[in-house]
Amino acid sequence: MVPPKPHSANTNGTRSRGKEPRVTPRSTASKSTPRKRARKAKPGNDAGRVDTAACLFTFRQMMRIRVFEEHANELYLTAKMPGLTHMYAGEEAVAVGVCDALEKDDFITSTHRGHGHCIAKGARLDLMFAELLGKAAGYNRGKGGSMHIADQENGNLGANAIVGGSAGIATGAALSSKMRGSGQVVVCFFGEGALGQGLLYEVMNMAQLWKLPVIYVCENNLYNEYTHFQETTAGDILARPHAFGIHTAEVDGQDVNAVTAAASELITRARSGDGPAFLLAHTYRYYGHHVGDIKRDYYRSQDEESHWKAERDPLIIYRRWLLDQEIATADTLDTVEAEVRKEAGEAVEFGLQAPYPDSSEVSLHVYA
Amino acid sequence: MSTPSRVLGSGEPVAQTRTITFAQAVNEALAEEMRRDERVFILGEDVAEAGTPFKVLSGLVEEFGAERVLDTPISEAGFTGLAVGAAMTGMRPVVDLMFGDFLTLVMDQLVNQAAKTHYMSGGKLKVPMVLRTTLGATRRSAAQHSQSLHAWVSHVPGLKVALPATPADAKGLMKAAIRDDNPVVVLEDKLSFQDKGPVPEGELVIPLGQAAVKRAGTDITFVATSSMVYVALQAAEQLEAHGISAEVVDPRSMVPLDVDTLVASAKKTSRVIVVDEGHQSFGVSAELAARVADGAFYHLDAPVKRLGAMDVPVPFSPSLEDLTVPTPNKLAALARELCGAR
Repeated sequence: MVPPKPHSANTNGTRSRGKEPRVTPRSTASKSTPRKRARKAKPGNDAGRVDTAACLFTFRQMMRIRVFEEHANELYLTAKMPGLTHMYAGEEAVAVGVCDALEKDDFITSTHRGHGHCIAKGARLDLMFAELLGKAAGYNRGKGGSMHIADQENGNLGANAIVGGSAGIATGAALSSKMRGSGQVVVCFFGEGALGQGLLYEVMNMAQLWKLPVIYVCENNLYNEYTHFQETTAGDILARPHAFGIHTAEVDGQDVNAVTAAASELITRARSGDGPAFLLAHTYRYYGHHVGDIKRDYYRSQDEESHWKAERDPLIIYRRWLLDQEIATADTLDTVEAEVRKEAGEAVEFGLQAPYPDSSEVSLHVYA
Repeated sequence: MSTPSRVLGSGEPVAQTRTITFAQAVNEALAEEMRRDERVFILGEDVAEAGTPFKVLSGLVEEFGAERVLDTPISEAGFTGLAVGAAMTGMRPVVDLMFGDFLTLVMDQLVNQAAKTHYMSGGKLKVPMVLRTTLGATRRSAAQHSQSLHAWVSHVPGLKVALPATPADAKGLMKAAIRDDNPVVVLEDKLSFQDKGPVPEGELVIPLGQAAVKRAGTDITFVATSSMVYVALQAAEQLEAHGISAEVVDPRSMVPLDVDTLVASAKKTSRVIVVDEGHQSFGVSAELAARVADGAFYHLDAPVKRLGAMDVPVPFSPSLEDLTVPTPNKLAALARELCGAR
């Protein structure tokens, strides 16, 4: 068993997260004070106490993901982007809802469909586009690309092109947090396709044994690449973490308020030493498995896609709630969207204009 | 630490030594590094009270506690993955992988995650972890507990690979590995753990990438890895009776590789045999032979030869298993052939 602070340099016994000296700030631990994000009220709370700025921030973040993906798709279709990319559009409320409940120095691990997580955890669009385009100005100097963006200053330990491949990293970061007594919580994002990977179960077992502060967020967008999850997934998804005694929750992944509320509870539990949790978020992927997956009638219908986009869109749902609650006017939200479109347009241009890495970079960073 | 580091085989004066086992040397290295750096911890199967099946870690849990000598479930991929994440976020884990054959179970975490993280992140993230595991046959452990798979990890850019042969090397290389900011795989011959040898008193760090001349000679060079160093030394003794003077050079690490020392020896003796316990085909011996041939071509009087393990799964039956590995007799015979059957 791992007690909370076996050998931490932090001897004051407090858990003032992000402010106490770390055992090592060397690699990923952010030195900056966490940006305390104003919290929006949970739905059903006293509407008079809603934090308008926080709500608009949530709307903006979801809009930034949506518009980012529109541009990424366009960059692919116009052959300006090398390789492929996997789009997060449709799932915005999951990443934003969860990351709204995290602090800046909390960690996340992400997936091949990771742009949303990256943006929600605080990344800049210009540096992301530069990375997607393989430019030296990118988050990873162009060496990672879409599937490997890491942004350690915001606690993003990286996207991962191996399905389920980051479950070990996330759980190890949680072990590290516990050993260092840092109070950091880790969120491991993965799609329902990762439920087929054995690693996930190995690390969930250890997380529960040692009460590690990690939240496994399963984004069920219904499709393992080109196959409906019901064709690949036996039994009840939540019965799997439940078998380890892991606390579970289930949420409508299209409702950002619901996601934030659910995530907040799990993160609070984890931070206070009550161990890991598993959050199942029901969501939907608007594009195909990747940008090139255009003809997909053979695995899902146009009607199904249209239904989700019209009835279950996270931006429409949240916009309607903001208007209904009179938190924001249509003009205000339109202004936010216009600002985001301007930011994204400039970010794309930055990426396109940025130079490729110098050839000397090819053998740089193989070893630290 | 007040005592300066000493490097065996580097020509520096060697301090007072004592004789300890390979296992004790590894144990000392881990204990000293854990005392020096509180970020260092060990995780793996039966590492705590059991001290591993080979008893290499005995006593560590008593000193450092179960939090830093962490018994895990039998989940090799899982705990190796945990080490990667812990290393990325401020710890310096040492993974104990009980048998080298289990590298097959951890390859995604080691190859796709640990080895590539620094490069893929454009140098932002580091993975300062060590994975200790074994190699070597003839323990009568059959095909799934006897492999020498160091070629696999040596093939992957981003990983460093150390192959200590002696107790002193085991200690010095392990300490260097723990202090390295990269993922380092240290493979120890499972039959070496009770072998004794001189180890200097005090601090001993042997930098990765420094080969050691374990025996000086003039007629032929044996480039020998891990416990094949002993095979080479015994062959060299046999050859003395035939008037052949063999030099034994131990690269000590595959990555980084001290090509210069290997090539210098090859130029001096003009004949080279690489002896390694991995399967001979597509393995470490091929790479070492190619590097030596490349660097010493105009000084060679014979083609560079290789002696590796047979290209068969390791059989259980002792009468069969003993056929599969390089031996002093085989090596000496090959050397005599290469030297014109003197």
